[in-house]
Parts: sequence; structure tokens; C-alpha cells
Amino acid sequence: MATESNASRQPGSSVLALGIKYFVAVGGAALIILPIVAAMLGGFKTNADLQTHPFSLPQPFVLTNYANILAGQSFWQQLLNSTLVMLATTLGTVILAAMPAFVFARMTFHGRNLLFNYFSLGLMFPITVAILPLYILLRNTHLVDSLWGIIIPQVAFGLPGNILILRNFFTAVPKELEEAAALDGCTTLGFFWRIMLPLVRPALAAVAVLTVVVSWNAFFLPLLVLNNQALWTLPLGVMQFQGQFGQDWAKVLAFVSLALVPTIIFYLLAEKQIVEGLTAGAVKG
Amino acid sequence: MRSVSGTSRLAAAPVEIQPRHRNGIGQLATLALFLLPAAIVYTLFVLVPIVQAVYYSFFKWNGLGGAPTNFVGLANFSQVLKDATFRGAFSHNMIILVLSIATQLPFAFALALLVRGGLRGRVVFRTIFFLPYVLSDVITGVMWNFIYKPSGGLLNSLLTIIPGFKPIGFLGDPHTVLTALFLVMTWKYFGLHLLLFLAALQNVPKEVEEAAAIDGASYWQTILWVVLPLMGDTARLSIYLSALGSIQIFDLVWVMTTGGPVSASDTMATYMYKFGFQRFSIGYGSAVALIIFAACLILSLIYQRLSRQQEIA
Repeated sequence: MATESNASRQPGSSVLALGIKYFVAVGGAALIILPIVAAMLGGFKTNADLQTHPFSLPQPFVLTNYANILAGQSFWQQLLNSTLVMLATTLGTVILAAMPAFVFARMTFHGRNLLFNYFSLGLMFPITVAILPLYILLRNTHLVDSLWGIIIPQVAFGLPGNILILRNFFTAVPKELEEAAALDGCTTLGFFWRIMLPLVRPALAAVAVLTVVVSWNAFFLPLLVLNNQALWTLPLGVMQFQGQFGQDWAKVLAFVSLALVPTIIFYLLAEKQIVEGLTAGAVKG
Repeated sequence: MRSVSGTSRLAAAPVEIQPRHRNGIGQLATLALFLLPAAIVYTLFVLVPIVQAVYYSFFKWNGLGGAPTNFVGLANFSQVLKDATFRGAFSHNMIILVLSIATQLPFAFALALLVRGGLRGRVVFRTIFFLPYVLSDVITGVMWNFIYKPSGGLLNSLLTIIPGFKPIGFLGDPHTVLTALFLVMTWKYFGLHLLLFLAALQNVPKEVEEAAAIDGASYWQTILWVVLPLMGDTARLSIYLSALGSIQIFDLVWVMTTGGPVSASDTMATYMYKFGFQRFSIGYGSAVALIIFAACLILSLIYQRLSRQQEIA
């Protein structure tokens, strides 16, 4: 093995280089973490303290900013709305993407490629391009000021990419399984439901997790569709809160920090799936 | 489980019974069941609006009264392209695009080289660097509004260490606003590129690097001539994603500056929003949307072409 000579020649092996390595990595990590920690601590400060000592620990340490938000109704309402939209979008996307993906991977019929290309066409259209007519369509179908007005378009725009990803995973399942299932008298539907779906569970998880992130953070569409304050999702709530309490930064930072909590928890739980989903999509795409 | 009893039947069952091919009607029903729901949702909410955007872009229309009637041909497009504010917005998209590719990608690659192997807590670093990517643009924007605040903001407070420093309104000054926004974009999206490069580096076989080392290549020669050429796919993808995001960017800009001051940070998307939803010029806004689409399409075609060339070569 040549690893020894190889390793000794890499800049990473000398003490100085190792020092630089850690300095850059720790410094970079600090730049990422600092704004978040500053916001969370800022929520425990008074505005006077925040103004004069932005870097020090809260002095005095006040709980009222956080407590008032948690005691009020709007934060919880927005959390609930975001959760409902996220659950429905994710469920809808996974189901509606898995079914065509299965068909495109596993069944042969006339016009299969044509239909697949028809779905893939959607990859070229970001929601930004369609958003004006989409708004008119939602208005005409009375979906403005309804959570469905967010959910349905989010599912629709999620389909092309996720059908593509899932089709690749369905294609990778060995053909013999299907023949065995057919011999056992398994219908296509049964084969899909009982054999295929459990087999591609990691892929479904990746699709679901990425959809959760996109839905949870969505801003443009909710901004247009939801005027009724009772229907606002968290991003709209944060935006509005900043506008309403513009100068009361301690309050705004407390609200932002609370809105951050679900995302961070979800990220720490699902990091593996998010990372795998993104890199798998990248390799396949 | 049903499959167990099914297996025992296997020996007796005549082999030619395969439900999938038994009759055409059955297959058609299955196809309809599996394809129709997705096809309907996708057609109605993705394709129809796109086609409508094309149609609307030929009209002067405020979005009211059923359908547009005032046909103006290509007037919307020529008006958009002549408007100095739109040209400004387009140039801001381009500046963001070029800056992103020129700075975020090389740094992400360098950091990926640094972080891979030989660094304790590598996973922790990856977790931290990728965290901003999953935060919403709204949360990111509000947090950075606080950092950039002229009085008592984190950045200005930090800079007062320099003697004679006067606080800067980073987001309120047309000269600094784009740079300030770009820094936030870097903060948020850097981790994605780092992640992609880390994944790609993992796929570079150790033997290749070792062989280069045995042949007398230095560390940097190995990186430049052996590792980097193997990262082509990832680099192209990184550039493509970066460019596509730069062309469409809306959320972050809207939360931090709404395109101001005086359009100094307008992008094509905020410009479209202002005309389409604040002034209700649906036709005019649709024309802007189609120009954004054209830009995305050109990028996609370039990306596909480059990827294909690589496959052939």
C-alpha cells in the first residue's frame, strides 16, 4: 500500500495544514451558526439591550417576548396551517407520483414514452412562470383563500420531478419478482401495493422528505392565495409579524426563533433522507 | 400472509395464467387508474396555466371580466424589453448568476476537499453547513434584516470596531443592496454545493489518487488533473442549479427589500409580481413570465447539451 507515502505528501498531514483546516472549517461553521444563535438570544432581550449590546448575553433575561407569542393564538394557528398543507402536499405527491412512476417503469403499452415525456415536460416550467394564470384559475375555481389552493398546485408542480426519480427506482427492482408474483396470481395492483411499494420505501422516504421541506418553506404561492389571516402558514406569519412589529426587534426575533424550531427538529431527524434524496436526485438527474 | 398460500399453489397452477396479459380491457383499466389522477392534476394546474400565460401575454388585461379581449399582439413583449426597470431587474439576475457561479462553486469545492477525510467531526460540519439550505427564505431574510440593520444591527456593531466607521444601511443603499443580498444567498445555498461536491468526492476511487501519487504527481497536481476531471457531472449540475435559482429568485428578495430601494434590487420575478399582482397587468406580467421561462429554457438546453457531449466523449 502506498497510503503512507501518499498521506505524508498531502498538505493535510502537517500540523500547520491541519490547523488551517480546522480554522477554516470551524470559522465557516461559526458564520452559519452565529446569526441563528443571535436571533434566538435576541428573543430573550429587551429592545434597549438588543440595541446597545447586540453581542452580549441577554441582560436582563426576559421571557415575555417568547411567552406572549406562545400564549397568543396566531403562532399556533400558523403552525397548524403549515402542518396541514405539508401533510396533504406530501401525501398527495407521494401517491400521485408513485402510481405513474410504477406504470412507466413496469408496464408496456402503446404511447408509454409519449405519456412519460408529457409528464417530463413539466420539469421545464418553474411555478414562477405559471403563477399569474394559476392565480386566475384558482380564483375562478374558488380556491383562493383555501388551503387546497396551495396544496393542489404544490402537488401538481412536484409531480414531474418525483415521477422521474421514482421511475428510476421502480426500474431497478428485478424483473423476476414480477414474474413470480404473476405466477402466484398477484394482480398488477397487488404487485404494486404489496411488493413494489415496500421495496422502494427508501426512495419514497426521500421524495416525501424533500416535499416536506419545499412545502414547509413555500412563500410565493401562499403570498398570493391566502389573504385571510386565519389561513396563513408560518412563512406568511413571519413576514407579516416583521411588518407589524418592524421596530420591536426582540419580539420579531422571538417569533423567527420559534418558527425555526420545527424546521431544525425535522432536519436533525431526517438529515440522512434529505441528503440521500438530494444526492440521488443529482446523480440520476 | 396470502403470498405463502400462493406459493404452495405454484406447482399445480398452469403457467400461462398471467393476469397482466390476460385481457386488454383489464390492462386499460389499470392504466387509467394509475395514470389519470396524476394526469388530470398535472394538466390542469401545470400545463393549462403555462398555455394560458402564452395566450394572456398577447392581451392587455386586468384579470377581470372572464377572458381578455384587448388583443395587442407582441406589444407587451416589446414594452417589457424596452423598460429600463426590467432591464435593470434582468441585469440583477445576471449579476447574481455570475457571482454565484464564480464564488460559491470554487469555495464549495475547496471546502469539500478540506472537510473530506482527516477531519474529526466531519458529519457535524456537514450538518451545520447544510442547515441554512432547509431554512425558509422568509426566516433567513428576517434574520439577515436584523444583521444588516443600520443601528444596532450585528454587522454594523461589529464594524464599529474600525475607528471612524459610520453605520451603513446595507439594504437601503442602492450601491450595497445587491452585494448584501448576494451574501445571504451564499449563506443559504453554499451548503447545497458543498453537499454535492462531497458526494462526488466520495465516488472518486482511492486507487486513482494513489496511482497518481505513485507516478510522482503532487497533491495539487492530483486534484487538478485527476480528481477535478472526474467531478465534471457534479460541477455542471452545480452550475445549472445555481443558474436556475438565480434566474427565478423571488422569496428572499421580496422579504428583505421588495426589490428596493427604487428597484435597485428588483429581479425579473419581483418585477413580474409588481406588475401582475400589484398593478393587475396580467398580460404584461405574463409576458415577463415567458421571458423568465425563455431564460430557464436556454439554460436547460445548454445543460443538456453539455451533459450529452460528455457522455459521447
